[in-house]
Amino acid sequence: MKLSTDRGCKLAILIIACLVLGALLAGWIAPHDPEKAMPELRLKSPDWEYPLGTDHLGRCIFSRMIFGIRMSLLIGVGVVLFSAILGIFLGGTAGYFGGILDETIMRVVDAFLAFPSIFLALAVIGFLGSGLTNMMLSLILVEWTGYARLVRSIILSLKGGEFLEAAMSLGASDQYILRKHLLPNVMPQVLVMATLGVGYAILGAASLSFLGLGVQPPTPEWGSMMNDARPFVRAEPQMMIFPGIAITITVLAFNLLGEGLRERLDPRSNIKMDL
Amino acid sequence: MLSFILRRLLLLLPVLLLVSIISFSLFCLAPGDPAEILLTGPMGTADPATVQEFRHKAGFDDPPQIQYLRWLSRAVRGDLGYSYITGEKVLDEILHSFRSTLRLALASLVISFMISVPIGIMSAVKRESMFDCLGMALALLGVSVPNFWLAYLLIIAFALRLDILPVAGYGSNGDFEHLILPALTLGISAAAITSRVMRASMLEALSQDYILAARARGLHERSVVLGHALRNALLPVITVVGLNFTYLLNGSPVVETIFAWPGIGNLMTYSIYDRDYPVILGCMLFLAVLFLALNLLVDICYYYLNPRLRHEAEH
Repeated sequence: MKLSTDRGCKLAILIIACLVLGALLAGWIAPHDPEKAMPELRLKSPDWEYPLGTDHLGRCIFSRMIFGIRMSLLIGVGVVLFSAILGIFLGGTAGYFGGILDETIMRVVDAFLAFPSIFLALAVIGFLGSGLTNMMLSLILVEWTGYARLVRSIILSLKGGEFLEAAMSLGASDQYILRKHLLPNVMPQVLVMATLGVGYAILGAASLSFLGLGVQPPTPEWGSMMNDARPFVRAEPQMMIFPGIAITITVLAFNLLGEGLRERLDPRSNIKMDL
Repeated sequence: MLSFILRRLLLLLPVLLLVSIISFSLFCLAPGDPAEILLTGPMGTADPATVQEFRHKAGFDDPPQIQYLRWLSRAVRGDLGYSYITGEKVLDEILHSFRSTLRLALASLVISFMISVPIGIMSAVKRESMFDCLGMALALLGVSVPNFWLAYLLIIAFALRLDILPVAGYGSNGDFEHLILPALTLGISAAAITSRVMRASMLEALSQDYILAARARGLHERSVVLGHALRNALLPVITVVGLNFTYLLNGSPVVETIFAWPGIGNLMTYSIYDRDYPVILGCMLFLAVLFLALNLLVDICYYYLNPRLRHEAEH
């Protein structure tokens, strides 16, 4: 598929760069304090002072959206980072050492995969309680299995390769082989999965926050902003529409970038999708 | 065939055991005393002596491993305990709500196929045309749009502005008009994934030698595409049905909550709000078993429909 062409990739990088910049400079860009409630200004229509209007507590929607970038990127990158580390470690161990260790780890992976992902995340939050930390933990528990399976399959395909035999005959330790020979071979495909994973994690986090089980008020987060907007959707639809656009653009950017990276770094899946 | 099914069932056993261990471990980590919640509800207070007596009688003060074994032996017999809130049997509540989810999922599946199959076929046939680019761009957009946002866009358009469909609810018995918006929300989201799989599968079929032979015989293009390529491209559709069902089920907590659709997603979400732990635990176990069974069914269908797999297994 030639959808994620250079143009798509460049557009994605531009959007992500703007988001990162927005997150870093939120304090300067946002015209108002995102958490300061001013009941006298509640449900104000957009004007020059409040470009996207105000919410039910009189908070500036534009400022909350700008600060919401920070939260979304933090969740997306954080979840992917921890999932990838866990997945690489366990998938690498299973693939490289094989035997009973491989069987045990892969059965645990199968067990985690047996749960529909959002229900597993909901159950973790349901038992451990809502909030940012538990939400991130729940998403990590959902996502790590993908990395573990990917890394294991790559390592299995590399095992028996001449470069590994050469390293072993030179007396290299398992840790050295894993770190210096196998990890670099695994990283390109992990990077593709991670880029796509950031988008999924942002989407998952927004869903959980929308249900009131993720980021808690008054912290600005796009999903929880949409949850706040639910009773006012008839009179003030912009409260619902703008955070939704922000989520869509962000997730789309990571998906586009992921597809672009896949075309460059993972020729096998490219062949499969581009027959 | 039988030995294939038996082998797969045997492989499922350790996974099922791990599923139950993961579920029960999470249950054990939950804050609050189940005995107290059961006697008084999550917010109330109870007489400590009564709670202590109940805890002992119900076995809540046993070590976790004993509690797990007791729970597992009941779960195997279909007893998932009672809801803290309604006092009803958990399995009854799950089965009752799952019927609504299944109805919604089937309607969404139909919508998803109605959108994705024509787009997938046309994109593959007219590869790298304007239609292909637009179709696949829409598919990429479709997987990026949060389904709860899409739900509200549909509500704003069809229920609030045009006023032709109800905002939410189940009607007297899951009326058709109440089904349209939630099914459309889930169906559109799922179609984004299916259309890409359909396109890739069609492209693979179109690149085979028998298509070249059919064309060489001077067959009409329509008969080449629909009569030869599509028939072969539909085999991965079985996997797509499984994939779609997973996707639809994953969308159910949010979509069912928005549309007040009394399905399993809604049950799970409200059980979390109410800290109704047995229902959460029951939903987890039920869905995991259902998923494993569904995957097994897909594998069996694949095995049955693909003669190469059968041949490999026999030799």
